[in-house]
Amino acid sequence: MTGPRRVHDMGGQDAGSIPTDGHESEPWEKRMDAIRMLCGQRELLRTDEMRRNIEDLGPGVYNELNYYERWCAAISNVLLQKKVISVDELGRKMAEVEKRWTEARKS
Amino acid sequence: MTHDHDHSHGHDHDQTFQPDIEDSPFTHHQVMAEALGELLIEKGVFTADDLRRQIEHLDSRTPALGAEVIARAWTDPDFKAKLMENVNEATASIGIDSGDIPIRAVENTPETHHMIVCTLCSCYPRGLLGPPPDWYKSRAYRSRTVREPRAILSEFGTTLPDDVEVRVHDSTADLRYLVLPMRPRGTDGMDEADLAKLVTRDCLIGVSLPDNPGGV
Repeated sequence: MTGPRRVHDMGGQDAGSIPTDGHESEPWEKRMDAIRMLCGQRELLRTDEMRRNIEDLGPGVYNELNYYERWCAAISNVLLQKKVISVDELGRKMAEVEKRWTEARKS
Repeated sequence: MTHDHDHSHGHDHDQTFQPDIEDSPFTHHQVMAEALGELLIEKGVFTADDLRRQIEHLDSRTPALGAEVIARAWTDPDFKAKLMENVNEATASIGIDSGDIPIRAVENTPETHHMIVCTLCSCYPRGLLGPPPDWYKSRAYRSRTVREPRAILSEFGTTLPDDVEVRVHDSTADLRYLVLPMRPRGTDGMDEADLAKLVTRDCLIGVSLPDNPGGV
């Protein structure tokens, strides 16, 4: 092998037993999947862009996030890089959603 | 329903119950996923209806599609030849859209057993099987399969004779694999629909074998 491995390149390494627990897709995971497909169909997101942005999350973030969280981070990054959305717009919208959900839970 | 009854029992019937929101605290990424979708709809990148339809399409992709393809290949030699040549075109010919990313079929024989993995991420023939199971995406499966496939197989309860060669196919973003299992013995009289019932998701990933209806 040449050079240090990047975090996603795990083929052939030692690891524990295959986990037997699983979960059904959650609504937000399906939503993320659908957003990915729709952006792909509109030529805003290619598979390789998705892959590169997941790999570029770096070891800390990569290992901390679960599967669809990585997707969420990578897709957001591609859409930010392409100026389809801005950091400001995303931040405002997230604050709006969080406020709405928090109020819905309180009532 | 009247709304003047006692609400002291802790919930309000006027609210639409949203179990995914109310049952557990929401996470940063759940908020981000919601926000991203709403933002892209507002910007006209897609409509709320497009999003709903895409989720329905996603729900329609299940291992039953893959099983249908395998049962057809077991009963129709011309179809099998087409499948080995080009999976995406072959499935389109029977009305199954397996997506844009090329899928290659690898055929199990008495001499050779195939398994699929994606060591770099979790590439998977989603168009035919739906989203991958959690274990397929796990560090353990991604790391170990290329080094000790027989140990992995045994964890799935699958034992192969020592003289069967095991080939592991590492999927990429641009090429996915689908295992064509061997048709079990004792299935000569079975029709396509019954054969499809023998084919599970794990057979198509190559970590297990189809049930032998004769039990032998």
